[in-house]
Amino acid sequence: SNDAENTAAHHRNTLQFNTYSHRKQLFSVCVTLSEATEEVSLDSPERQPILSDGPSPVITPVTPVMISSRADVFDRSPDQDEDEEENRDTFDIQISVSDPEKVGDGMNAYMVYKVLTKTSLSIFSRDEVCVKRRFSDFLGLHSKLASKYMHMGYIVPPAPEKSIVGMTKVKVGKEDLSSVEFVEKRRSALERYLLRTVKHPALLKDPDVLQFLESSELPRAVSTQALSGAGILRMVNKAADAVNKMTIKMNESDAWFEEKQQQFENLDVQLRKLHASVESLVCHRKELSVNTASFAKSAAMLGNSEDHTALSRALSQLAEVEEKIDQLHQDQACADFYLISELLGDYVRLITAVKGVFDQRMKTWAKCQDAQVMLQRKREAEAKLQHANKPDKLQQAKDEIREWEGKVQQGERDFEQISKNIRREVGRFEKDRVKDFRVVIIKYLESLVHTQQQMIKYWEAFLPEAKAIA
Amino acid sequence: MQLLVHSVSVDLNNDASLVIDIPDALCERDKVKFTVHTKTTLSSFQKPEYSVQRQHEDFIWLHDTIVETEEYAGLIIPPAPPKPDFEGPREKMHKLGEGESSMTKEEYAKMKQELEKTVQVHEVFLQRLSSHPMFRKDRNFQIFLEYDQDLTVRRKNAKEMFGGFFKNMVKSADEVLISGVKEVDEFFEQEKNFLLDYSSKIKDATAKAEKMTRSHKNVADDYNHISGALNNTAADNNTAFKKHLEKCAEVFEKLRKVEDRMASDQELKLTELLRYYTRDIQAAKDLLYRRARALADYENSNKALDKARLKGKDVAQAEENQKQCLQKFDKLSESGKKELTSFKARRVVAFRKNLIEMTELEIKHAKNSVSLLQGSIEILKSN
Repeated sequence: SNDAENTAAHHRNTLQFNTYSHRKQLFSVCVTLSEATEEVSLDSPERQPILSDGPSPVITPVTPVMISSRADVFDRSPDQDEDEEENRDTFDIQISVSDPEKVGDGMNAYMVYKVLTKTSLSIFSRDEVCVKRRFSDFLGLHSKLASKYMHMGYIVPPAPEKSIVGMTKVKVGKEDLSSVEFVEKRRSALERYLLRTVKHPALLKDPDVLQFLESSELPRAVSTQALSGAGILRMVNKAADAVNKMTIKMNESDAWFEEKQQQFENLDVQLRKLHASVESLVCHRKELSVNTASFAKSAAMLGNSEDHTALSRALSQLAEVEEKIDQLHQDQACADFYLISELLGDYVRLITAVKGVFDQRMKTWAKCQDAQVMLQRKREAEAKLQHANKPDKLQQAKDEIREWEGKVQQGERDFEQISKNIRREVGRFEKDRVKDFRVVIIKYLESLVHTQQQMIKYWEAFLPEAKAIA
Repeated sequence: MQLLVHSVSVDLNNDASLVIDIPDALCERDKVKFTVHTKTTLSSFQKPEYSVQRQHEDFIWLHDTIVETEEYAGLIIPPAPPKPDFEGPREKMHKLGEGESSMTKEEYAKMKQELEKTVQVHEVFLQRLSSHPMFRKDRNFQIFLEYDQDLTVRRKNAKEMFGGFFKNMVKSADEVLISGVKEVDEFFEQEKNFLLDYSSKIKDATAKAEKMTRSHKNVADDYNHISGALNNTAADNNTAFKKHLEKCAEVFEKLRKVEDRMASDQELKLTELLRYYTRDIQAAKDLLYRRARALADYENSNKALDKARLKGKDVAQAEENQKQCLQKFDKLSESGKKELTSFKARRVVAFRKNLIEMTELEIKHAKNSVSLLQGSIEILKSN
């Protein structure tokens, strides 16, 4: 039934939403992505960064063998241009994060999640892999990916935020509703994080990602200074200094970047506002649920007190209807939250990552400029030494010129490459954004329809009861 | 600025000989002016049809004069309508008068809802009076309905005369006195127990219903903000997606209207019903209180008579006093029984009517929501 699953997944881009009537049950949100995305160009200059060690000293790759035996993937190198077609080849992977389990006690306790990967892609060693991971593992993964790819202009999906308050409650062992909700919120966020990560064609093939998904033992990520939203902002601020020293190249290419940057600034503001409104909706819907339940109890008491038999019965029935409606409100609040609010939150964080990538380009340009300045100085120094009759120093100067010429060339190449990457990344991002919102809005409206249809059922059942009062 | 609202008529006019309604209300600056419309076939009235303008204070005056009329002690006095609550809107209206900005859609809608509520409750007050065999003949009631001038002068005089003395008395000691009385009459014993318990339960239900309604309105407001935020986002996007976002904004705006209507209908039919009967239950308790006082007076007069007989002084006077107290008590008991019985019937009818109407409206609005949403989903999917 793998085929059936694949076909279903292939033609479905769904956000499934199952609810249980029991208040304490967790909600499972399984995001399935089935459409292919563009392939990354795998010319040699790029392959270098992917396979190199990169600044991730803590991890020793477990199976380097794995990479070479999958050479066929790396041989394919479709060319990239700006308006590429989507490759509807075999991109098919499902990831779920589930079964949170508390390990240990007290302040050293932590949650462990089951990460299940189902795929037919050949880069994976099995069709189905299940591993156990903790939150810091996810942060560690993101940290590595960010350090490898951000400077190249790739938009690396941000990891979920840390939460000291949330985790403390869990550690301390409070089994109350808010801890349960916190764990579910986190589980869902981790799932969305992984799915976004593998949706990125370069990241999907990254050995750290593969190891994360497949390896049963993962060395503990010790220093998880994950590039959270805050972390990226710090980086952005540092890069801003480089911007100040930059002499701007006024050509068409830069105009595009300027325009896009402005667009993302605007989008950032708008999404935050939208997110805030939705958060308010979630809050008020929860309040409505609580108040409805409270009214239901009160109506039941009133019904008991009422001495007219038929009216008393009708009031009790009213109380029951309101109780059911309370449950509807709760379910709707969950839809409000998981379908829309969390998605918007994800995008707010993603845009911070996008802004970070633009600033990386600035940094690269600044580096390029610096190299040119240095080259100029070396040339001037060499010119001076021409008349100084110091052959050794002259030779050294000539060597240095060659060195810096090389650096300038490399800098220009890097700048061109990062600009090219960003154009592609932004294009992909915009497409995904539009698609995500379209899908989610429809899912959300469908959830509203469901709620209203249930309401109709409940009230229609109550109507004869009200009419029966005599 | 003036705001016209047509009444949400809760028709208690069961007798065509005296039909009263409030077809509209004007909201002017900080005053509400109700148009009281009367149609009658009774000869005691000078004309068969009247339309007069009355303010809230006129209703209170009428209520107070009735409360303080000794003759009505054995009746449940219809509760006075509460003062129209226009805190926020009133300020806004005031500013409008001074040429400031315009009211937003939402403020206008809220104001309209408040007006609907207040018209309903003022109208019910008058209809209670008109449908009662004794109150409908009240002289002041007639003046209220037909006097074509401002009642302000009359109101001032009345206040000086009565000073609200009786009202305060009744409010202060009812629970204690009612519970303390030795009841011999089975009917009144049951009524007392029922009213005391029901009173606290219905007060609680009213409060909870108010909270529920308020939350519902908050959700509607949030839909409004979301719609606005979506429109802002649409302004900046590429063409195809822009249309999509604008459509979504439109959906949320329509949803807001429906939710708002749902919330205010629930308020009108359920919360207002509970509020009204909380007051009416209090009026019934007031009747029990007056009867309990009369009983206490009777018992005191018995004691006084015994004392007088012992002393051999003022016996005739004491006998007369005792006779009158007994008469008063019997009269209150007799009319009280009738009143309380018809009160129950009235309560059941009102609950039935309102619960049915509320349910039908909820269904109607939910169905509107569904078709609105399904239509929008189709459009969004086809884009």
